[in-house]
Amino acid sequence: MSEGFDWLFFFEISLAGLGSGGLLALAGLALVIIYKATRVVNLAIGEMLMMSAYLFFALTASMNLPVWVAIVGTILSSGVLGALIERSMIRPMLGESPISTFMVTVGLSSVLVGLVELIWTADPRRLPEFMPTDPVLLGPAMVAPKVFYGFLISAALIAVVLGVFRFWRGGVALRATASDQAAAYSMGINVPRVFSLSWTVAAMIAAVAGIVVGAIGGISSTMGVFGLSTLVVVIVGGLDSVVGALLGGLLVGLVEAWAGAYLGGEYKVIATFSLLLLVLLVRPYGLFGTHDIERL
Amino acid sequence: MRIGAAKQSYVDDAALFDTRTQRVWLGLGLAALCAFPFVANEYWLYLACLIAINVASACGLNILTGYTGLVSLGQAAFMGLGAYTVAVMETRLGTPFGLNLLAGGLVAMAGGVVVGIPSLRVKGLYLAISTIAASVLAHFLFSNFKLTGGTSGLSLQPAQFFGIALDTSFRLYWLIVPLAVLMLLGAANLFRTRIGRAFIAIRDRDISAEVLGIPLLRYKLMSFGLSSFYAGVAGGLWAYFFRVVTPESFPLIMSIFFLAAIIVGGMGSILGCILGAVFMTLVPELLKLIVGWLPMSANATLVLSPVRTIVFGALIIGFLIFEPHGLAEMWRRVRRYFHLWPFRT
Repeated sequence: MSEGFDWLFFFEISLAGLGSGGLLALAGLALVIIYKATRVVNLAIGEMLMMSAYLFFALTASMNLPVWVAIVGTILSSGVLGALIERSMIRPMLGESPISTFMVTVGLSSVLVGLVELIWTADPRRLPEFMPTDPVLLGPAMVAPKVFYGFLISAALIAVVLGVFRFWRGGVALRATASDQAAAYSMGINVPRVFSLSWTVAAMIAAVAGIVVGAIGGISSTMGVFGLSTLVVVIVGGLDSVVGALLGGLLVGLVEAWAGAYLGGEYKVIATFSLLLLVLLVRPYGLFGTHDIERL
Repeated sequence: MRIGAAKQSYVDDAALFDTRTQRVWLGLGLAALCAFPFVANEYWLYLACLIAINVASACGLNILTGYTGLVSLGQAAFMGLGAYTVAVMETRLGTPFGLNLLAGGLVAMAGGVVVGIPSLRVKGLYLAISTIAASVLAHFLFSNFKLTGGTSGLSLQPAQFFGIALDTSFRLYWLIVPLAVLMLLGAANLFRTRIGRAFIAIRDRDISAEVLGIPLLRYKLMSFGLSSFYAGVAGGLWAYFFRVVTPESFPLIMSIFFLAAIIVGGMGSILGCILGAVFMTLVPELLKLIVGWLPMSANATLVLSPVRTIVFGALIIGFLIFEPHGLAEMWRRVRRYFHLWPFRT
């Protein structure tokens, strides 16, 4: 290493980090949508992602559906699953303390892991290839094709989701509910339906993230660990901030990639959680989160 | 129908066990605990020790989460700190086990106070997640620190009590169960003191508590410290019980287990952490029995682990939705029914 710092290597690592950061941002967006609408932190997001990846696996490998049909099928069935979860487990917790609802999602994540292991066993599996496999060159740097297309997919989906929430009626209803539930109710917005909607949409976003993550790294019942990184992303960015989730995702992706490349794989988790602690010490509500003012 | 006890002094009112019936039942329970090792077989003794360890740790978590309202997902990490301290002292220094357990508790306590420092600014879910960070950091330290033996961990000799090696469940029972009972009594007494009352005030509304003159940071740190002390001692007992400590012994799921135990048992209730820990420790064993009975015994072991995971999650969800005050509340309801019988409650 006498030539000094290897800038090309650094550049490639950073690109890979941004690629996985895009996926983290996508999953983080799902979490933020749920949090904004229902004030629930969904610890089971990683497991919902895993469930969708397995659904995709079942549709393609076991039922031999074409990939595009399977993707649409996975997204739709995940949406239904999200709505079911909201209706059966989250709705009864309305008005309970946020910690209790949080614990319900902890229980949910355990149930989902158990279900996956029961149906598909704990062995890791591979998803069928559906993305182009030619290496992608960005200037001098080479990027793994799956990471590159994964990033494109997440960026596109994030753009679509943001657009939808800006202009579609349902999106406006969701933002209204997020900013003031009681006022939204009295303006005639069907708040319970907004709750369902947010879980459905989040589950669909998570489904896309799950398919891409599974396509990159294979699927297994421990895939839910991805959810922990997602949690770091939203805490760093601020639980109720969409911008925070996007920037936080990229930041955490970068930090993970740098730590993995320069310190070793086992330092990845440490690096992200150190980042989390650092941010919490300086800004307890995340980089872009709203600082709640407490009154007696 | 039983007539209620008329309390005629403040001492009566503040007593831990206020009626004679309660004291009689307590005596009977202690006698049963003493008689248990002489009638039970090895398997039940093993379970009893495991339950006692879990009760001690759950009780610690209940001080922090149930009484002070600070949610922690780091209980297993603090147990790990205690267990590793005990293991290192036992293998490197060979000090007596009483000292080791105390040191384990104190080291865990120090860890708990450090983790608790952000708790003044960071609240609720943010705090829960920063304790996940603590448990991740602890796992990293355990597996990359030379003193702790890396990923292969440490194995230790049985504890020596005046020349007797505590190497069977029968002998360990006499160390673990009395300690657990002592710790429970300590916790129960804590909430009759100024400190315990301050914890409860903080749980109910921390800003109001501060206005009432309770220094928040000091009491929150105290709660963290006490809770991790309990976890550390429980972890030390754990180390003596299993006699091998690895970084994988204290995963995040174990912290969730303890949180589940106090939810199922009943938050903010000493009875709750006993019932919860007993229940949550016995459920997997019960499932093992049920799956063993089912006809498809060929792949029983294959099915067992996922079924256990599902039931674990379902119990958390079910209790939170249908019985948020846990088993302790169910117990109280049953007791009330019999107290008031033949009248309806």
